[in-house]
Amino acid sequence: MQQLNQVCFRTLHFDQPWTLENYRKVGGYKVLEQILGDKTRQEDIIEQIKNSALRGRGGAGFPTGLKWSFMPRKMPGAKYIVCNSDEGEPGTCKDRDIMRYNPHQLIEGMIIAGYTIGAEAGYNYIRGEFYEPIERFEQALVEAREAGYLGKNILGSGFNFELHTHPGAGAYICGEETALLESLEGKKGQPRYKPPFPAGYGLYGRPTTINNTETLASVPVILQHGADWFHELGTPNNGGQKIFCMTGHVNKPGNYEVPLGMPFAELLELAGGVREGHQLKAVIPGGSSTPVVPADVMMQTEMSYDGIGKAGSMLGAGSVIVMDDSTCMVKALERIAYFYYEESCGQCTPCREGTGWLYRVINRIENGQGQQEDLDRLIDVAENINGNTICALGDAAAAPVISFIKHFREEFQYHIDHGCCMVEQDEPQGLRQYG
Amino acid sequence: MTEMQLTGPREQLFTADIRQRLDSWIAKYPPGQAQSAVIPALHILQEHHDGWLSKPLMQALAVYLDMAEISVYEVATFYTMYELEPTGRHKINLCTNISCQLCGSEKIASHLQRKLGIGFGETTSDGKFTLREVECLGACVGAPMLLLDKQYHEHLTPAKVDAILDGVK
Amino acid sequence: MVNIEIDGIPLKVDSSRMIIQAADEAGIDIPRFCYHKKLSIAANCRMCLVEVDKSRKALPACATPVTEGMKVFTHSKVAIQAQRGVMEFLLINHPLDCPICDQGGECELQDLSLGYGKGISRFSEGKRVVKDKNIGPLIQTEMTRCIHCTRCVRFGTEIAGIKELGATGRGEHMEIGTYVEHSLASELSGNIIDLCPVGALTSKPFRYKARAWEMQAHPSIAPHDAVGSSIELHVRGNEVMRVVPRDNESVNETWISDRDRFSYLGLKHTDRADKPMIKQDGVWQETDWQTALEHTVNGLKTVQAKNGQDQLLGLMSPTATLEEGYLFQKWLRGLGTQHIDHRLRLQSVDDAGEAYWQNALTMADIEDCDSVLLIGSNIRSEAPMVGHRIRQAALNGALINEINFLKRDLLMPVQRQWSVNSDTLLQMLKGIAVALMKLEPAANGEWQHYLSDIRPGSSEQNIAMQLANATAPILVVGALANQHPQAATIRALANLICTMSQGELLVLPEANSRALHLANVLPAKPNSESATGYWQQKKRALVLFDVEPEFDSADPATASAAMQQAGFVVAINRFWSDSIRDHADVILPLAAFAETSGTFIGLDGQWQSFTGAVAPRGDSRPGWKILRVLGNLSNVPDFDYVASTDIRDEIADSLTADKQTQNAHFIPVEPDTFAEKSADHLELISDVAMYRTDSLLRRSEALQLTPENQQALIARMHPDTAEKMDLADAERLQISQGECVLEVALLLDKDIAQGCLYLPGATQNSRELGAAFGLVTVSPVEALADA
Repeated sequence: MQQLNQVCFRTLHFDQPWTLENYRKVGGYKVLEQILGDKTRQEDIIEQIKNSALRGRGGAGFPTGLKWSFMPRKMPGAKYIVCNSDEGEPGTCKDRDIMRYNPHQLIEGMIIAGYTIGAEAGYNYIRGEFYEPIERFEQALVEAREAGYLGKNILGSGFNFELHTHPGAGAYICGEETALLESLEGKKGQPRYKPPFPAGYGLYGRPTTINNTETLASVPVILQHGADWFHELGTPNNGGQKIFCMTGHVNKPGNYEVPLGMPFAELLELAGGVREGHQLKAVIPGGSSTPVVPADVMMQTEMSYDGIGKAGSMLGAGSVIVMDDSTCMVKALERIAYFYYEESCGQCTPCREGTGWLYRVINRIENGQGQQEDLDRLIDVAENINGNTICALGDAAAAPVISFIKHFREEFQYHIDHGCCMVEQDEPQGLRQYG
Repeated sequence: MTEMQLTGPREQLFTADIRQRLDSWIAKYPPGQAQSAVIPALHILQEHHDGWLSKPLMQALAVYLDMAEISVYEVATFYTMYELEPTGRHKINLCTNISCQLCGSEKIASHLQRKLGIGFGETTSDGKFTLREVECLGACVGAPMLLLDKQYHEHLTPAKVDAILDGVK
Repeated sequence: MVNIEIDGIPLKVDSSRMIIQAADEAGIDIPRFCYHKKLSIAANCRMCLVEVDKSRKALPACATPVTEGMKVFTHSKVAIQAQRGVMEFLLINHPLDCPICDQGGECELQDLSLGYGKGISRFSEGKRVVKDKNIGPLIQTEMTRCIHCTRCVRFGTEIAGIKELGATGRGEHMEIGTYVEHSLASELSGNIIDLCPVGALTSKPFRYKARAWEMQAHPSIAPHDAVGSSIELHVRGNEVMRVVPRDNESVNETWISDRDRFSYLGLKHTDRADKPMIKQDGVWQETDWQTALEHTVNGLKTVQAKNGQDQLLGLMSPTATLEEGYLFQKWLRGLGTQHIDHRLRLQSVDDAGEAYWQNALTMADIEDCDSVLLIGSNIRSEAPMVGHRIRQAALNGALINEINFLKRDLLMPVQRQWSVNSDTLLQMLKGIAVALMKLEPAANGEWQHYLSDIRPGSSEQNIAMQLANATAPILVVGALANQHPQAATIRALANLICTMSQGELLVLPEANSRALHLANVLPAKPNSESATGYWQQKKRALVLFDVEPEFDSADPATASAAMQQAGFVVAINRFWSDSIRDHADVILPLAAFAETSGTFIGLDGQWQSFTGAVAPRGDSRPGWKILRVLGNLSNVPDFDYVASTDIRDEIADSLTADKQTQNAHFIPVEPDTFAEKSADHLELISDVAMYRTDSLLRRSEALQLTPENQQALIARMHPDTAEKMDLADAERLQISQGECVLEVALLLDKDIAQGCLYLPGATQNSRELGAAFGLVTVSPVEALADA
């Protein structure tokens, strides 16, 4: 089997993997030095990233090289590179570890990205609750600045680049790139309507590229070892290794950086398999917004953008939520529905009004007060939200509802008919509302 | 609580130390974009104001950042990390989202509620703890987990929770 | 231009358009709530979702740009399903309290729910309830009805220039409001009533008063400032129930000021004079019109016969119509007097013949200018719509400078505001003129002589450069400057600067004063005589037309004294006021603006005629009819008008016959320095408070309750000035001006020019004082009590 942890987690074997010294031991900042020394052409870097088949690691999976190519990099005036470290999709906790254990690789990736798209300033938007990662990242910034990788005329190249941390303050929606920009501008995190896209009109109205933490942290490794090397780590169109957050009912929950295309069964084994005495029931493969996949389909699925797509779901951020046969799907969906209700920014009518409606109906079903027409109503409401909002939060709220009912309708129906759960529960069930 | 000046000319607001911290944030953004500093600024002010944001505090910040007052309120009420009412000295934020729920966050919740004698959103009568149920904090591989002030605690068990709370002064 | 198709109809549209704009232009209806043609695009309500070929999901018509070959379907299955879905979401948390909602019958949600809503709700959960907010005396909130379209929020930021409302909280808990309770401060705030598509923001004074379908809309013109905004009077029975804007892109677009919206409330005030009355042996007696009119004519005749014809003085409010003005002066001239004026607040008229008094500027000219110098103008309160256009110019990059006696937040990007005393203001204007002469040595010799000692400072040079570099600069001379004792000099200098910088000069007219100029409601020698002078001369017989001397004069003390000493006073007035009650001998009750027909001429020079919407209140009569009878009774020839339009036509004919106004070439002579003052004197700075400019406004209770109006009762002074005068701790002040004494609350305000005391005019307080810009002494009230 291929060696794990070859990209973002490549320093993980060190005692203090986050130091500049240790990062240098794996070749850190060599790529940056080379680029600045050779004055590598920006289009060449973009070409390499394109060839690597690196796709956005934050959820949407958009090809990174293509995204960079959209930037009007020759246009005069300020341009920005922004890193999206507002990790908050339930089931996702990889960016936190990248910043805790390999912050320099992210910094190097951001400097290279800034160079490539013609930006002289970058911001890393880190969710506010990440006190430790913020501190680590800030320390790394100090080290990088002292080493001459940040500031004016970096390494005598004439290239200027400043990088700052910007904390969030508790809003999932800021992980949406335009909401993040609004937040960075000191406003509520309400997504912008697109077009215009950030590449044309981004931070402060200037051209801006926004990438996920893992995406940017992958860049130095790609350029160090070559696009082909990276591409071949994964499968065609699904280049590289990717961190999967294995959570839920597994024996060894954790972040696993593995080749894209690895069969789910193998990944599950890495994570220690499902709990003793239980059977796999279902998996949410990419974070709570991606459709749930029943066990039998999942066990046949390859962990890649295309593979999971074929299984009717999405790779998303690589947040694999494993549910065994003790899971009540109504209760699980209720919790997920509450999340989107709580996190809706309130801007668009369907999401503002619809997410609360969804949650309340599912809450009623979970609490034994379901009505016969509820399931069709849920599907209908979800479909009326789906695709009808400015950002994808509406879709994210709708997808679990539709997929849970599609695959586990009998369980929901049982709840409505009997006022209780089909699955035996550890805890006695009482009337309960979140929030 | 830090003694702060909340009215008067901009250059006298808050304290010299806080002004310096705010200014260092403002300096991170391009000229004319001081509003960008509102989120970190609110964090700083909350920290120096017993963990919550009063209206006079936010009004002063509006002056300091040259923002419309209502724009500060919009931000302060949008993000969950800001407290708009006085809270306990320590905040316990328990995640109950899906990965934590699958790993038993409900047990932890009832344990915490029993032990502290309060429900979610409430503060203990001695003003020591405020308990909140929060959304995913991005530490799902350590589920169930909680955030106590600035510290993540993962792989919680009732016994571990006891030890954590006992360690709080 | 691109070719698109909407519902199968081929259209050629500008490529900058969104689908909804193209549809609107073609008259194709697309439902919407958040979209408004004058506001930025929010795309949040999602009601305008339409199907666009090649798009896998429905797209918001308001935010989707047209592209070549685009095919749009507004009523396809996909579009209708999306729109119905949105409507259902909007309604689940809406209270559906239409029967008790003021918006009922004109509610966009109600209207669209008829087309897109369902009869029965599928929502069986609890509905959201939101607490109401008190946002002042003008606007009622009922926030449970809010559908979060954010039009009101965007209006604040984008049009009013002051963000007072916001959306706090998030998701389902998002609420529109001020968060910290306070009255809205914008002078345009009432527009959010019209913008709100539902009944969340409604007119507070109109609350529960009438239903939309019970009222008839009557087009009219707002008379309170020189803009002449197009309005609609909504009438039920014989009562004006409310006023709303009428779209007029070239004047007020789709907005009106709060002043124009809420002035109608004064129509029913208990002060309203609704019967002709005459005073006999000091007691007011009701009488019939015939008796009152004859009493008027005889009374005037008697005084004139006894004291001379020129002892008759006629003063008219600048809010009077063109027709009223014409008949007023025609009648009085027929009685043999030339002492007629409508320029009630001017103290300096030496430049009366100058052409700039008649400069016509369109609102578009103002919005399209690239540099503005405001001189002595509180533009936001004087003419809110002009302020709005200047703001739009500023947002488009125009450079705004202001020289004034005080600084008020203009709510727009400004280069600089100078808050200076009278001497400095004049010095600065001279400096700018001299700086321009150096660039453009074209000014005539007399001016060069007048300005020979002036050396411009850097500020003046700066302004001069900005004006000279601009392609379309505008200078605005406002009320503070126009009412100044050196106003003619200020205006002449402004005109000189304007000529040299090839700009436009706007001497901001008061209300309908353009029309009254044309109607010749002026003395025979308008550049040497004026209302202010006449008051001082204490004429024996007075005819007042909607004039309340204690409020409508530059020097209330002198006017009051003259009233007291007059032998015979005729008040053709709408309201009773103290001075009318005490000193008039006849009151001829006058119809108000909604009750009469006439013509209004604003700063754009356009003649806007309107008709009455309701019958005059009580026994009051339209001014032109009263004056017609007075003319006939006085045997003045050619007074046989059948309709007010006859009068207008006669004026129009006489104007075409007249030759154009000659430029009088007024050049000030030295010395023009402000009266010598000792260290313990302050300059009294005064303009008319926004909601005190005419008799009707002063009776609009809702406007009187606004914080803006309350502040007009307070005197303001720079803290340094207060320090010098030992007033730093004073909360109340005694102001002395000659014989006049006033006790008033004091506020220290660094935006007031040093050495000055600012107290707005036409209030209960200012009526106790003498002339604006006079010298006053001040002392703290406590100190007096101690002594």
